[in-house]
Amino acid sequence: MYPAHMEESIRKVEATRGRRLQETLRRLSSDEKEPLLREHHPDFIAGKMRQLAVGPNKGEYTPSELADLLEGNSRIDPDKIDLGRVDHDLDVLVIGGGGAGATAAVLAKQSGATVLLATKLRLGDANTVGAQAGTQAADRPNDSPLMHYLDTMGGGHFDNIPELVEALVKDAPEVIRWLETLGVNWDKNPDGSMHELSGGGASRLRLHSARDYTGLEEMRVLRDEVRNQGIRHLEFSPAVELLLDGRGHAAGAVLVNLETNELTVVRAKAVVMATGGAGRLHIQGFPTTNHYGATADGLVLAYRAGAQIIFLDTMQYHPTGAVYPMQILGQLVTEKVRTLGAQLVNAEGGQFIMSLEPRDVVAAAIIRECQGRGKGIATPAGQVGVWLDSPMIDMIRGEGSIARELPAMVRQFGRFGIDIVKEPMLVYPTLHYQNGGIRISADGSTSVAGLYAAGECGGGVHGRNRLIGNSTLDIFVFGRRAGKAAAEWSRKAAPGALSLDHVRRWQKGLEQAGLAGSRPVSPLLLPDYARPMADFLPDSARRSLPVQRVKLT
Amino acid sequence: MAELAHMVDVYVMGRHYRVPQGLTILTALEYCGYRVVRGCGCRAGFCGACATVYNFRNDAQLRYDLACQKTVEQDMYLVQIPFFPALKAIYDVDRLEPSGEQVLALYPDIVKCYGCNTCTKSCPQELETMWFMSDALRGDIRQVAVKSFDCVMCGLCAARCPQGLVPYNVALLCRRLYGHYLAPVSQHLEDRIAEIRAGKFDAEMDKLKKMGRGDLRRLYDQREIEPA
Repeated sequence: MYPAHMEESIRKVEATRGRRLQETLRRLSSDEKEPLLREHHPDFIAGKMRQLAVGPNKGEYTPSELADLLEGNSRIDPDKIDLGRVDHDLDVLVIGGGGAGATAAVLAKQSGATVLLATKLRLGDANTVGAQAGTQAADRPNDSPLMHYLDTMGGGHFDNIPELVEALVKDAPEVIRWLETLGVNWDKNPDGSMHELSGGGASRLRLHSARDYTGLEEMRVLRDEVRNQGIRHLEFSPAVELLLDGRGHAAGAVLVNLETNELTVVRAKAVVMATGGAGRLHIQGFPTTNHYGATADGLVLAYRAGAQIIFLDTMQYHPTGAVYPMQILGQLVTEKVRTLGAQLVNAEGGQFIMSLEPRDVVAAAIIRECQGRGKGIATPAGQVGVWLDSPMIDMIRGEGSIARELPAMVRQFGRFGIDIVKEPMLVYPTLHYQNGGIRISADGSTSVAGLYAAGECGGGVHGRNRLIGNSTLDIFVFGRRAGKAAAEWSRKAAPGALSLDHVRRWQKGLEQAGLAGSRPVSPLLLPDYARPMADFLPDSARRSLPVQRVKLT
Repeated sequence: MAELAHMVDVYVMGRHYRVPQGLTILTALEYCGYRVVRGCGCRAGFCGACATVYNFRNDAQLRYDLACQKTVEQDMYLVQIPFFPALKAIYDVDRLEPSGEQVLALYPDIVKCYGCNTCTKSCPQELETMWFMSDALRGDIRQVAVKSFDCVMCGLCAARCPQGLVPYNVALLCRRLYGHYLAPVSQHLEDRIAEIRAGKFDAEMDKLKKMGRGDLRRLYDQREIEPA
């Protein structure tokens, strides 16, 4: 049910649909993509990035919202914490309970390590469950890991770290089978062959899906496996600082109970960081597809402990976030809608970009169409978007295809009276993914000995732009590698006494740089969406508040 | 914001507030000043963290939904459910039989279902919960997998079952049994794994890894693309 002026525009979309069914736009060459990105992608807007003033990547650029947190003040005073009282003492601590964390925990346990998994919300509350479209793996006869490699490098603008991409594409088929052995239900043809689809920037059909609930299906199974394996896990217990030993090796973490503020000291011989992304920072005021806890905590902790980060000057804006109705503003409209054949169409019913270009290119083209050319459609709430012409799918693939392939999307829009089988969806880019992260090697190790990273908080594999289906692959490939490597490291590691000296040094560095007074407390832990009530606190009391509010739009 | 012109009356844990029309239950709670810690996850209808019950001022009948997806209506009584305890069987998925007996052995209470259909009525995903529970009893693992597939595991079915059954965990067991034991084998997947292990792509991969940016870019721009 759209307002009348939007219905009018839909009539134009319907009028051109027959012609567009026969029309295939050409893909852009690398030379054509570059100016489009430079002029219209949010990563290139001057003044939205800032050079980091402190830490291992001092001098490099990152969005100012993230820079604030990376340069933030610690939530704890090392002098007030008794590290002599250790609450948990084990081989491997996994921080984060999404796909990467759960996978690392299972593999570390299977490798013989004692494991504790600590997570900020519930086990499985992560961006993994929101991943809809699928997981890439080059397993069809006309495909190969080499083509997957080339697609991934091209999508990332050839900046990806080659060894990481090699690991990603060569492990991929094994990961698909591993997940099936655990009990994941892949979409298959009756003869057992995988039902695979194309994706933006992919040269072959290699997207493995589970309806449009792929990440949910993967996470349900992994979460169950963590429980079946008896892996200890602490929910609502985010890490607020890493612990190092005297040599600067990772040695555990300080956790806080989100509800009671009780601190827990964990000593571990290896730590796997799997804290996911940063969408809830609402960079440049964008809405996000990310879950409630996606606040870059792992980046902040690892950075403070001395880990290098990489490609943090590039964020992924998913081309198709929902724009209407306002209740689902910014929520993900899966790329699978386009892989199934739906085109992107402007207010006049015309195509303006081949809809299976890599995500940064499509996002930039939509922004150009709306902001640069004025051919977007405005909602009553003042948002602008373009049409994603879903009804085409049933015309191309036969009646019932939308219901079968996209039940989550049908349900989500159906709740608000929009039948995507009959009417298109209005979309605009939404903050989706952190392309970079903590720089890792092929075994998930970082520049801090004993510290591993996996999944969205890791960086290097996707270069400057991740392809569809490579994130749910990344979490399993590098979750498995990091879990195994951490367990192995823990067998040889002999950590010295626990220390928070790096936090003391960090605070001193902030003071010397004159930043301590102007930066927020970090990690952020959760965004604050509660409507601010009248502030009656005296200034003295506000200074002692444990949580500094970070302004979000 | 034209859509926000009207306000509706809601009751958060019994207390009266006026909130803009068009908010979801979750954003209405936040509008009222509540900062949610439990009972909020993906905020997009996929994780099941914000399962909620509500009713109306003059209509005591309980309704069920996800707080991040349900729009507030006049005179709604709202609450968030922070946690609900539920039984989960512990098993080694490699050592099971894909049979009804197996499901019964791990979840023996499912025979106590007396078909009240409360689970179906409480499902925010509108799944046929009672029907897949009866499929589970009959040992039709595939049907359970198909019918329960869109389950977000919010647990409302278990919270409302008068017999204390846990349909969402029973369904998860059946889906895992289906994936592990019953789904037909993908031969092309097995073949590719064997090829990778045998090193078939290693030499070419090394070449690609060493290739300069310009050559790689040419190769990329010229690659042939399979029609979608």
